[in-house]
Amino acid sequence: MTAQPFDKPLTLAGREYQSRLLIGTGKYKDLEETRVAIEASGAEIVTVAVRRTNIGQNPNEPNLLDVISPDKYTILPNTAGCFDAVEAVRTCRLARELLDGHDLVKLEVLADQKTLFPNVVETLKAAEELIKDGFKVMVYTSDDPIIARQLAQMGCVAVMPLAGLIGSGLGICNPYNLQIILEEATVPVLVDAGVGTASDAAIAMELGCEAVLMNSAIAHAQHPVLMAEAMKHAIIAGRQAFLAGRMPRKLYAQASSPLDGLIR
Amino acid sequence: MQITLNGQAHTLPAALSIAELLAQLGLTGKRVAVERNQEIVPRSAHASTVLAEGDHVEVVHAIGGG
Repeated sequence: MTAQPFDKPLTLAGREYQSRLLIGTGKYKDLEETRVAIEASGAEIVTVAVRRTNIGQNPNEPNLLDVISPDKYTILPNTAGCFDAVEAVRTCRLARELLDGHDLVKLEVLADQKTLFPNVVETLKAAEELIKDGFKVMVYTSDDPIIARQLAQMGCVAVMPLAGLIGSGLGICNPYNLQIILEEATVPVLVDAGVGTASDAAIAMELGCEAVLMNSAIAHAQHPVLMAEAMKHAIIAGRQAFLAGRMPRKLYAQASSPLDGLIR
Repeated sequence: MQITLNGQAHTLPAALSIAELLAQLGLTGKRVAVERNQEIVPRSAHASTVLAEGDHVEVVHAIGGG
């Protein structure tokens, strides 16, 4: 008996995915390492950033989307580096043009460089504008349950609270807030940011997240490809543990072996 | 003719179309998106959109990001 039949695929914006791990493509040594790590992770959705083309530099250098083909992966363009709603909306429109009308985006509007904490006021503004313009918005936000609720009510296709600050690797800093967000979730809730190692990803899944999005935990591991594979297993293990339902915690021991028939 | 291309002053020999500008930059057929004066120029309109003096043009592509 395997646990698989008990689970359903992850559904995002009407599309089904077998993998519940979404990974970023930043901070790798080179495009080859990016490609191999993504493959090892089993991810089907990968995030990319949108930036100015370097004018005058070698136009024949390999392009990320040649390596990470949109035919094979769902490309999730992000608005990383945007600090207000106007910039974020502009970036999404460019991304949609870049990806031939593909309208799934990861919205993140940041508040400051030191924390990269989401600016929720601008995030709400941008989400509203993008949804009106036909985008399917997966939104990076704080672990504030009220804001998460508002973003879901507004029509975001997924709400993605941080587990810890972007790139911090601190793990799930406030599992209780996540629990509240998950308890009343009406759209998929994904942990985005903060995961440092495999156990963090497993904890996020055990809490009941639909999926986890990460970048640094893999790209900045000593061996990114090995960590990518570890994350794949952690996500599966965490999901299965969530579905299985953990035993209750008890203060005192309870013997696993029967006490009857002991030799005296 | 002067335009601003990706935030830098850029001189064009004549009033080029977006398609001609991309060709001049060696970007024909590359996966890029173009914005002119903060409006998206769809790929289907690259050939018919002619740049004017003082235009602000952005040419973007996808790079690694989280």
